[in-house]
Amino acid sequence: MIAELGLAALWLSAALAVLQMVSGALGLKIGDQRLAAFAAYARPAAVVQAFLAVLSFGMLLWAFAITDLSIKLVATNSHSMKPFIYKLTGTWGNHEGSMLLWVAVLALSGGLLAGLERRLKERTMNATLAVQGFVALGFYAFLLLSSNPFERLPVPAFEGSGLNPLLQDIGLAIHPPTLYIGYVGLSVAFSLAMGALITKQVTPDFAKVMRPWVLFAWVFLTLGITAGSYWAYYELGWGGWWFWDPVENASLMPWLAATALLHSVSVLAARDALRTWTIMLGVLAFSMSMLGTFLVRSGVLTSVHAFAVDPERGTFILVLLGLYIGGSLAIFAVRAGSIAEGKRFSATSREGALVFNNVMLSAILAIVLLGTLYPLLTEAFDVRVSVGPPYFNPAGAIFAIPMFIVMAIGPLLRWKSDKPVRIKLELIILALIVVGAIVLIAVLGDYPVLPVLGLALAAALGVAAFLPLRGRKISRTPLATWGMITAHFGVAVSLFGMATESAFTQERLAAVAPGSTEELAGWTVTLDGVDPVAGPNWTAIEARLSASRGGEEATLLNPQARNFWAPSQATSESALITRWDGQLYAVIGDTAGLDADGNQRWQLRIWWKPFVTFIWYGGLLISLGGILAIIGRVRVDLRRRKAVQLGNERRADKALLDQAATPPRAEPEPV
Amino acid sequence: MRTIFFIPLALFLFFAGLAGYMLTQEKNQTVASAMIDKALPEFDLEPAYDGLPGASRADFIGGEPKLLNIWASWCLPCIAEAPQLEALKEEGVEIIGIAIRDTPEDVTNFLDRHGNPYTRIGADDISALQIEIGAAGVPETFVIDGEGSIRYQHIGDIRENDVPKLLQVLEDVR
Amino acid sequence: MRWVLAFLLAVLGASAAAQDALPPAPYAYKQLDDPVLEAEATALMETLRCLRCQSQSINDSDAPMAGDMRHQVRSRILAGEEPKEVRAWLIERYGDYVSYQPEVSSTTWPLFAVPIALVLIVLLVLLRRLGLRRKTGDS
Repeated sequence: MIAELGLAALWLSAALAVLQMVSGALGLKIGDQRLAAFAAYARPAAVVQAFLAVLSFGMLLWAFAITDLSIKLVATNSHSMKPFIYKLTGTWGNHEGSMLLWVAVLALSGGLLAGLERRLKERTMNATLAVQGFVALGFYAFLLLSSNPFERLPVPAFEGSGLNPLLQDIGLAIHPPTLYIGYVGLSVAFSLAMGALITKQVTPDFAKVMRPWVLFAWVFLTLGITAGSYWAYYELGWGGWWFWDPVENASLMPWLAATALLHSVSVLAARDALRTWTIMLGVLAFSMSMLGTFLVRSGVLTSVHAFAVDPERGTFILVLLGLYIGGSLAIFAVRAGSIAEGKRFSATSREGALVFNNVMLSAILAIVLLGTLYPLLTEAFDVRVSVGPPYFNPAGAIFAIPMFIVMAIGPLLRWKSDKPVRIKLELIILALIVVGAIVLIAVLGDYPVLPVLGLALAAALGVAAFLPLRGRKISRTPLATWGMITAHFGVAVSLFGMATESAFTQERLAAVAPGSTEELAGWTVTLDGVDPVAGPNWTAIEARLSASRGGEEATLLNPQARNFWAPSQATSESALITRWDGQLYAVIGDTAGLDADGNQRWQLRIWWKPFVTFIWYGGLLISLGGILAIIGRVRVDLRRRKAVQLGNERRADKALLDQAATPPRAEPEPV
Repeated sequence: MRTIFFIPLALFLFFAGLAGYMLTQEKNQTVASAMIDKALPEFDLEPAYDGLPGASRADFIGGEPKLLNIWASWCLPCIAEAPQLEALKEEGVEIIGIAIRDTPEDVTNFLDRHGNPYTRIGADDISALQIEIGAAGVPETFVIDGEGSIRYQHIGDIRENDVPKLLQVLEDVR
Repeated sequence: MRWVLAFLLAVLGASAAAQDALPPAPYAYKQLDDPVLEAEATALMETLRCLRCQSQSINDSDAPMAGDMRHQVRSRILAGEEPKEVRAWLIERYGDYVSYQPEVSSTTWPLFAVPIALVLIVLLVLLRRLGLRRKTGDS
């Protein structure tokens, strides 16, 4: 019954998406009363659809919770002996389930938008809901026609085949849905942008409606990338946290576009400028999330992060991509010219700085996109090339460095027009920090250019992030401003972590016999012994390491080299010691022959990575900033809505009173 | 309508076309050697086991074109290609083996079980020659002509239908 | 999106299960004694592709062949070769694919032309959007 109920709910949701799309589109016709009446169905359709799609996902969740082995998806991806939490997370740990999660969140967002949002013109809302229905319909079709999650087996399986402990990882359980939710948020922003473009209502009001959705998507994307990066760092066993791998780039590109969109939508909301640009970025951000999904699931590019790759699904996603993005870009091409340019501003203004950084972010996005897709292009001509860090780092830095400089100064400038002389003191302080940091590092030693610049800019940004507070009353600073300060400070923290990690990491590779000691960056690491250990479907050798620094008590570390047998696979389980100033990262490798006394030696890899954790702390701070901004904006909106409501009520009361008072034409009462 | 607004659409259509085309293509996972038609690098490898002499560049100079077969006892596809190597040997082709990261015992066992098509086997314990001639995997087979030039590379195990092609190449470079 | 770890599926195809018994090449997991040379070697190895892996550098891989390539790099650097020469030596054998650092060639020039074009476009856009605006704003 569970599966049938879920499938029925899914079909009904799809039908409601059709209704939402058609009625929303009919609502665009002006002057036809019958059609306009039909448009009234769009909002309820979205709300009911949200309920049904979430119900459908709930049914799948339930099927996984009770391990209903008559459902093919459960039988292939779950197992009755799995820990309960991983039974649940297994729901979206596969293609079908993750697509269902995607449409459930999409429908939920659509329902919220339709149910709560009253600020937009009704026509714009109809167009938005029509686009949103169209987008959702594509995913429903994908699910129902080519990847039905509720398919039954002719004969229920005796036992599930998904007990792979490799996939039982909390990072793996949380990281993918975080990114999906971000993508869905961008799709709502996309629908709103298209609605505004179609009805030519690219106004500050529209921007205010769009902003929380963009913020929401951006917070989730930031969290997703941060979690993914940390996860790769400790799982891959070589201490790298970003490889410029296609899959990583696929998640970075929507983030870059969303970051640009976030800032341009703020300009539109506050200053009614950058109209066309905001629409373009809205389309671009959603395109990048679709493109990422395509690259990752179609398998056209080779990645270290393996996926269940399927060319047929790739084709389906490519068709959707063509419909959504091709369609919206075509509408954009035809319509964009008819949107009047927004308000004007001078180069030295906050808008000017935001435009500059928007352009820089877009340029970085273009570099990442080019570097990621270029191997695909040459492969079409049977030439294989590799594009990696030595390309992305400097090419990205060309645009990132000016961006960080402007990012430090921009928030200090006033809207519309400002004189740089006004913030002379701040500029001098920041310049001194940059120069001072560079000189200091140059004295310390000979380090590569980019990390040194990164450190100097991080220092300046860290200070600059708080400068907007100057001359403000701390207690009266709006929450959204705190959000900006936190997020900008988070960028500084993250940049600092990246730069120190790449400049000052120390590495020790050694063949070590039990009892011997290695020294690294003030740490003393002793290999006490190596033991074989076994898990449910793996065997491993586990090292017992004791590490200490500066005479403190030794900390025990137990890195493992695991060999799984079903499927046959070897992994390194790294062991970490986290301190405020960095992490010690240890990995045990293979045997390495005998030493002079005939003792067995083992390969040991140890890294000291100063301040590496700041990379992810920074990511968390950036997300926190986004959350503060959302709370701040929504609170202001609610307060305003309440004030408007109160005002209306008061006016209505007054009108009533007046009405009651008028007929007898009594003397005005003294108050 | 301004043409500048059509640029994103044009770029997107270009990408969609490319991606659509690539989806229809078989994904090529192999890395071809860039050493084709270049001279075989200098090398001199110890015997991989007691039964046959080792291999060096000099063994390829003069006489008929020969096959240089990169293999290993731990490599499963090498078992699959053993009958084809045997067939090539029957045709009178001289095959010189390079055993990658292998021990004499494993080599002996492998040859006992799957036959020995080689005239010489050099032991390449650190994949030095493999990297030197641009082979990215095991097994790979190279055709070396009588002047010591690398003329052809076959990537992966030799299937039955690859044998005529290899014989043809050996004939052509004679 | 899933970052399912599978990097140690490094060895493709049927040979995935096979493991050789030999210890790794001398310099596969051993650093050079001279820290300057080792830093040079590491920087180079981070930019060389492991050919038996899915998108990893030889510096980040446990595949045996990555170890053998690290040995080649370290021993050549130790013998006094420049990192540039070692890279060229590998490109001569495996083509551009082995290097993550694309060099300007007939097949890679757009990778360099596009950023230059981007800088020009960015300047143009900024001048048009900000530069002119300032004049009209002032006037």
